[in-house]
Amino acid sequence: MIEADRDICIGAGMCALTAPEVFDQDDDGIVVTLTEQPGPEATDAVREAVQLCPAGALKLAGS
Amino acid sequence: MAAVLPTRRDNPFDPPPELADEERPLRRLAFPDGHTGWLVTGHALARAVLADVRFSNRLELRRQVVRRTETDAIRAGRPAPPGMFIGMDPPHHTRYRRLLTGQFTVRRMNRLRPRVEQIVGEHLDAMEQAGPPVDLVSAFALPIPSLVICELLGVPYADRERFQHDSAVLLSLGATVEAANAALASLTGYLAALVERKREEPADDLLSGLIEGGELTGDELTGIALLLLVAGHETTANMLGLGTFALLTHPDQADALRSGRVDEDAAVEELLRWLSVIQFGTTRTAAEDVELGGELIRAGESVAISLPAANRDPERFAAPGTLDLGTDAHGHLAFGHGVHQCLGQQLARIEMRVAYGPCSGGSPRCAWQRHRRRCPFATTCPSTGCTAFRWSGREER
Repeated sequence: MIEADRDICIGAGMCALTAPEVFDQDDDGIVVTLTEQPGPEATDAVREAVQLCPAGALKLAGS
Repeated sequence: MAAVLPTRRDNPFDPPPELADEERPLRRLAFPDGHTGWLVTGHALARAVLADVRFSNRLELRRQVVRRTETDAIRAGRPAPPGMFIGMDPPHHTRYRRLLTGQFTVRRMNRLRPRVEQIVGEHLDAMEQAGPPVDLVSAFALPIPSLVICELLGVPYADRERFQHDSAVLLSLGATVEAANAALASLTGYLAALVERKREEPADDLLSGLIEGGELTGDELTGIALLLLVAGHETTANMLGLGTFALLTHPDQADALRSGRVDEDAAVEELLRWLSVIQFGTTRTAAEDVELGGELIRAGESVAISLPAANRDPERFAAPGTLDLGTDAHGHLAFGHGVHQCLGQQLARIEMRVAYGPCSGGSPRCAWQRHRRRCPFATTCPSTGCTAFRWSGREER
């Protein structure tokens, strides 16, 4: 389960770059989660995106 | 007695050897104004400082880490001028950045790729027509990002000599205070007039869009334009010039890129990590006492973060001193970290992905001669890069 905090997102785009199947940016550049339960094939990319987010706006629930 | 920041490089690629100190990723540093602050060279601590809003980036608190020319406004410790959000903390920073992030999304930048390819192609054609020798910096590395940011912002490219000159003076360490003030006034005056002109005659560009949004004053628009214009071409130009030189001097790596054995995107990340062109100037000042890496950083103390050292931290990257385009360089700090992480990074990535291909010999029109082993490079700017680089002509394959 992914939690994306749109209030602290700074729109750097690291998540959309790293895991484009799971994250996108809206017209204002702010994070949009395309799916809250990504498949196992996306797990590594999602973890990487969470780790790379410069604003700390992404969390994996239970982590 | 704390040491000053080492800045002398032995070659264009490697940070000053004295910077690396695995035992002490955080140590005391003497600033030129007499202040004793801190230097961070470890990756984990650099990330921690940059992500922590208790470390302020407000311009009035900023200390220069090397002795350099400052405009009167900076010497006086004044707050950042309107729109110059790089020198502000949240929430002021947030307000400006939010108005701009939509213009620099991954999706929008990907859409610019065909235009960037066209621009790169035109410059390669012009270089071929002019024939060797050609200076790679003035014919390729500088004009490509300049033209791209001009088109995006809506700044007439025909005026480039003026803003390139002013921006070079502003960034140089050696200019006089008078020259730096004059360059800032000149650039500000030029952009203020441009903003007024766009108010009368809007076009399909970023500045016109911001004016239309109606949330920003003329001074704010001018400050934003100044920041984006200067930030948009200097650093990318240095990455294009120095990155090309790196590929030329590492022919095995260039081969791997050309043959597709390494991914274009991964290659750009590794070049960003290995070159880390922002060699100094990333500093923060503690707004309150903060515990960091077992030390107490007191309120008011400045912390210099060495991005090149952090990007070569062996705790974070295996074989950090080796350029290996096939390695996983994600997590590098070349664009910074935290709320000030580079706004234009997705644009810079597109420019590099497009431009390095031909430079590594990916285009049959332009295989570069490989015998050159030296190029003059800048050690005295916040962003390092080649200052000139002669292209001796096409290599037949």
